[in-house]
Amino acid sequence: MNKLELQKTANEVRKGIVTAVHSAKAGHPGGSLSAADIFTYLYFEEMNIDPKDPKKADRDRFVLSKGHTAPGLYSALANRGYFPVEDLKTLRHLGSYLQGHPCMQETPGVDMSSGSLGQGISAAVGMALAAKLDNKDFRVYTLLGDGEIQEGQVWEAAMFAGHRKLDNLVVIVDNNGLQIDGKIDDVCSPYPIDKKFEAFNFHVINIDGNDFDQIDAAFKEAKNTKGMPTAIVCKTVKGKGVSFMENSAGWHGKAPNDDEYQTAMADLEKIGAELGGAN
Amino acid sequence: MADVKKIATRESYGNALAECGADFPNLVVLDADLAGATKTGVFLKAYPERHIDCGIAECNMTGIAAGLATCGKIPFISSFAMFAAGRNFEQVRNSIGYPRLNVKIGATHAGITVGEDGATHQCNEDVALMRTIPGMTVIVPSDDVEAKAAVRAAIEMQGPVYLRFGRAAVPVINDTPDYKFEIGKGVLLKEGSDVTIVASGITVASALEAAEMLAADGISAEVINIHTIKPLDEELILASAKKTGKVVTAEEHSVIGGLGSAVCDCLCEKLPTPVMKIGMQDVFGESGPAAALVEKYGLDGKGIYAKVKEFVK
Repeated sequence: MNKLELQKTANEVRKGIVTAVHSAKAGHPGGSLSAADIFTYLYFEEMNIDPKDPKKADRDRFVLSKGHTAPGLYSALANRGYFPVEDLKTLRHLGSYLQGHPCMQETPGVDMSSGSLGQGISAAVGMALAAKLDNKDFRVYTLLGDGEIQEGQVWEAAMFAGHRKLDNLVVIVDNNGLQIDGKIDDVCSPYPIDKKFEAFNFHVINIDGNDFDQIDAAFKEAKNTKGMPTAIVCKTVKGKGVSFMENSAGWHGKAPNDDEYQTAMADLEKIGAELGGAN
Repeated sequence: MADVKKIATRESYGNALAECGADFPNLVVLDADLAGATKTGVFLKAYPERHIDCGIAECNMTGIAAGLATCGKIPFISSFAMFAAGRNFEQVRNSIGYPRLNVKIGATHAGITVGEDGATHQCNEDVALMRTIPGMTVIVPSDDVEAKAAVRAAIEMQGPVYLRFGRAAVPVINDTPDYKFEIGKGVLLKEGSDVTIVASGITVASALEAAEMLAADGISAEVINIHTIKPLDEELILASAKKTGKVVTAEEHSVIGGLGSAVCDCLCEKLPTPVMKIGMQDVFGESGPAAALVEKYGLDGKGIYAKVKEFVK
């Protein structure tokens, strides 16, 4: 996909996020929207996957370590063809295969159950290790929140990945700067994030995570990095694309009411029109 | 039982892993800087490329195992029970239990027979913790023969399994020609009519000893080895309870949440029967030689004998 196509697709992914969370009357729109461009790039450009064969043996893997942003993952999967976009409206409903946090046994395309922060990255490391043990060339991607990296297990996993030189692993940090209790640097600062991963023997790339040129360049650089894992630290805007959600910690884990939903969708429709309509 | 051969079940664990290595090429063994103590070092020697030392980071080891399992590996994670089940509880629940991944947890140094290291390392709560996780199989082998059979059976079954091993050498009691291990099937070791003693792990040998002493006093005790705490062999326990009308449980574990509780869960719903639970009575352990601790906390033959005698009076 070219940049414009990616931008249009990401806008559709964002509509799916807002629609799902509105329908669920609960969920996490802020961190789903900040990472929508990353989800889009991974599922529409980067990863070797097949929506018709979600468990294909040597596919690339993705672990959503910040599992609460499941609406972002689900919307990307639905738009990519793993399941109907219409089903996003069943998010968090009783009996739905779209659980509040990712469940690998329920949802096609979900490679690992996650949601308890700090655990997903370890599973991703295990997948990358499995590829190395079997001399396979699939790659593993995991997305972490910038608040999530306050969890100690993240650094246990980073130490192991660096030690084992897992160059088939890409750790992506969604640095939207906000967590439930406020700004991450007010709550318990994880900065400098890049220096920390460097200290754990990662190749580190800092980018604007809402800019597809920079995202594209970073993932290409990661692919060409040998002998060490890569961490891509993505500066993003929490709530990106929905005017009243942008840069607001209050929209971390809250659903829009009906009026707010209309406003949010109007914002996204406007962005879509500016991009020149659908793909 | 002075002449009986004694082997620690952690030794059996390491040996069984090495013996299974050739039959199961997907078997991988993870440790957290304790390969010498958990005895996964035996596997390391035989299959160095399939032994992964994760350093002192049990929670990460658990997640790595989960990731390996999603790619078709059969990972064992090894540490002391305190860390494998205790520190790790939520990782085991969410990264292994909830996705029902095919990870086996080999927990060594369980219970008070850890000995001199004392209470911080004597885990008497692991069975309780693991038993609450939906879909988790929980096995507490009683000796070398059973421990090795359990490891193989765990590999052969699909899904998460918690295996509990000990540090101290224990008598080999199952080296009989007709011994057969089946997950979820208890073993009736001695028939009796006055009282049922249900035991697991090191207390199985103690229970057999106690039964001999009780017999000398004219008390006929039935002895059942429940090596699989979950799923529990309810049929065997109910049949025995129906026959004897009195049940004693004996375990090297807290009486809260372990074998005793599992047996009571079954009996109170299906056949209310008086039960006495022998085990750690809601206390922490302490430093001391393993044998001395087993005696102090009443988990040896004499201790079980005294309690059962009082119970059937």
